[in-house]
Amino acid sequence: MKKFINRQPSRLTAVLLGLLPFALFLLLYLSASGARLAENPDDRLLPAFSTMAEAFERMAFEPNRRTGEYLLWTDTRASLQRLGIGVGLAALIGLVFGVATGTVPYIRATLSPLVTGLSLVPPMALLPILFIAFGLEELAKVMLILIGITPFIIRDLQARALEIPDEQIIKLQTLGANTWQIIVRLSLPQLMPRLISAVRLSLGPAWLFLIAAEAIAATEGLGYRIFLVRRYLSMDVILPYVVWITLLAFLMDLALRRFSTWRYPWFHAQQR
Amino acid sequence: MTMPIIELKNVWKEYGKEVVLERLNVRVEEGEFVTIVGASGCGKTTFLKMLLGTEQASRGDLLLDGAAMPAEPDGARGIVFQRYSVMPHLTAERNVMLAGELSANRFLGRAFGARRRALREEAQTMLARVGLGEAGDKYPHELSGGMQQRLALAQALIKKPRILLLDEPFGALDPGIRRDMHDLVLSLWRSQKLTVFMITHDLEEGFYLGTRLWVFDKARLDVQAPGAYGARITYDLAVGECPPMLPSLSAQLADTARVLSG
Ligand SMILES: Nc1ncnc2c1ncn2[C@@H]1O[C@H](COP(=O)(O)OP(=O)(O)OP(=O)(O)O)[C@@H](O)[C@H]1O
Ligand SMILES: [Mg+2]
Repeated sequence: MKKFINRQPSRLTAVLLGLLPFALFLLLYLSASGARLAENPDDRLLPAFSTMAEAFERMAFEPNRRTGEYLLWTDTRASLQRLGIGVGLAALIGLVFGVATGTVPYIRATLSPLVTGLSLVPPMALLPILFIAFGLEELAKVMLILIGITPFIIRDLQARALEIPDEQIIKLQTLGANTWQIIVRLSLPQLMPRLISAVRLSLGPAWLFLIAAEAIAATEGLGYRIFLVRRYLSMDVILPYVVWITLLAFLMDLALRRFSTWRYPWFHAQQR
Repeated sequence: MTMPIIELKNVWKEYGKEVVLERLNVRVEEGEFVTIVGASGCGKTTFLKMLLGTEQASRGDLLLDGAAMPAEPDGARGIVFQRYSVMPHLTAERNVMLAGELSANRFLGRAFGARRRALREEAQTMLARVGLGEAGDKYPHELSGGMQQRLALAQALIKKPRILLLDEPFGALDPGIRRDMHDLVLSLWRSQKLTVFMITHDLEEGFYLGTRLWVFDKARLDVQAPGAYGARITYDLAVGECPPMLPSLSAQLADTARVLSG
């Protein structure tokens, strides 16, 4: 018998083992919900799956009586648009500054302390300022995401740029490269997969900032909706929305990971 | 008398209190093939780095064509490092095309159209010469250590630098490929009028390849404080003209190595 640490589950076993906690959790929910509903059929705290399915269907496939909109899709579009613009801009700014500070000592000396300082400001504390400065419209929400995750991306990319071996930077110079060419032919391409992993890591905080901003001031959006229906204790809407948000986050992460392994095979080979 | 391409006038190299190299006085003419041997840790790589421009002499003058050596690497001096130094994000072919692409466009560092096709053909020829003809579209991580080293050599040679610096380039290669690499380096050295500095741990290789063999060694050696004195060029042999002194040289180097590693 091999030592436990050297024993690998087969593929099927691994999948089954991975599903086990989910199944247990569902079972737990079902029994708790069933018990509460048996006591009080109007209980709202742990709705039955059928109630949640009805609520989800209502949100997703029936036009709203007042506005005629399909709420789930309106909310999803609004949220994804904010998230996309915020994270996209953050990635772009992060890449430009991260590469610049990580590659050129003079730029690093100038900007690195500023970035470090900014990254220590709690973004949520800036939210009131953003609402005052940019109004309650889209811009404030996008700005919160931007301010929340950009310093992290810059600092991460700077650190990664500093990890590029000196040998390669010297080598490129002996092949005739000037400073700009070192950036576009060495730093930038080597940092692209790093950018993707930095963005993947900041998706969690980005969702957090998005939902927080939507909860406070919005007229549509996934975060707005769950905080709105909270007033009516509509767990039957909140829980499916949470699952939906989680699914969206998971799919984004998966897409980024797939893209990265497909586009940058050399990077993922090094990681192993 | 012609102007030497490299001249050292009383050059010292110190790291803090530790003297690595001391009192180097030597001239190298264009087209010489200098092989360098010496105990591990005696300063061979440091010497190469000074020629490369990434390390500066602490005292004395290091001259290139009679003027001070530029204090940064440039296209005139090519290098193959001890460790693999190819770009991991480029395929073998793109690695070899890199020098040409960089000179094709100052801003993008890329070539297009006919220029690109020409560079690609040139790269293919060079890859074939180092025995990587079939590996053009492989990434470095898909190549063995020896193959990566040959790729690094191809990448440096295609630039046709005036001075080529090689830091134990063939250490990881098996004897057959090693001989092919010797032939390659010698033929390129002859056809391109290169000046080569090559570090090796293999004395025989040093004798075979070089026109001139240097032995770096600590002439004065304090067993209590190995860092007190630096290494010098203790033998400067015009290879081929002197009777081989392999056995006695090996014995001396082994003595220094024992002290440095102890
Ligand atoms: N950046 C540095 N700072 C301080 N000491 C250094 C530095 N680089 C090298 N040294 C010292 O200089 C000495 C010579 O190092 P070097 O790498 O030149 O040796 P070498 O002859 O190339 O050895 P090997 O054959 O093992 O490659 C060593 O004692 C090393 O500790
Ligand atoms: Mg060395």
